[in-house]
Amino acid sequence: MTTDDRRLDGNALAGPLSELFALDLAAATITCAHCGASGPLGAHHLYSDAPAHVVRCPTCTGVVLRFASDSRGLRFEMTGTRLLTVAT
Amino acid sequence: MSFVSRGFTGRRRSGPPGRLPPGQYDAGKAFPVLSAGPVPRRHLDAWDFAVRGEIDDPLSWTWPQFQRLPHVDVTVDIHCVTGWSKFDTRWSGVSVDTVLGEVETAAEYVVAFCDGGYTTNLPLEDVLDGKAWVVDTYDGEPLAPEHGGPARLLVPHLYFWKSAKWVRGLRLSLTDEPGFWENFGYHNYGDPWQNQRYAGD
Repeated sequence: MTTDDRRLDGNALAGPLSELFALDLAAATITCAHCGASGPLGAHHLYSDAPAHVVRCPTCTGVVLRFASDSRGLRFEMTGTRLLTVAT
Repeated sequence: MSFVSRGFTGRRRSGPPGRLPPGQYDAGKAFPVLSAGPVPRRHLDAWDFAVRGEIDDPLSWTWPQFQRLPHVDVTVDIHCVTGWSKFDTRWSGVSVDTVLGEVETAAEYVVAFCDGGYTTNLPLEDVLDGKAWVVDTYDGEPLAPEHGGPARLLVPHLYFWKSAKWVRGLRLSLTDEPGFWENFGYHNYGDPWQNQRYAGD
């Protein structure tokens, strides 16, 4: 099985992210800081067989956010996200 | 993914005497592939290796030019920050000493840059004096894309995230600029014998 086969979609990150966010982020809209495309987290590409969860833009493959939960706590980085929108 | 028969599921902690850093296990014959993104597929006609940054005349080699540089065989142990180590891995490639040759630079650091956007930072002295290579062969075969082919950096004395897959060049820098994992809370230097996994270790 190749790493490309193991790619998940962003819905699979909703569970781990619930450690940090009270809201379910699967439907949150992410606007990519690299190319400007936007879409729901659930439609993004998720690479989880790395030292962190790495979420990439489905349009340009740029990294939009990274999340880790390990012995050092929770780390969330989103310099690749220009805007995160959550409908309320 | 492969299944292992009962009786062989225990991870061998020890490995050859004195060669397993703290917190690591022996991966045996396995060569795990971890990836934070899609595997880049670059045609060799469109590949080059560059040295830029703090250098008066930037250098670059096409794939045929790179193949003509003197290659050396290296057999080394590698250690991934996720816990596995692998002993006596056999590579062939070009020493970074050859690549940097007679380069005059005031730089004290390098950033390896790669297809796919990955970066990792190292002190310049850690890639010189026979400590680092740009390898294009693993175990006698052309380096597979999943393992970083056509060429990857090999810096076996540091955790394997420093051995950047799909490497396209080195940028010489006066300042230390944290790379992809280093700016996400991982250790800036990454010495496996010092257990330098996370920032602050």
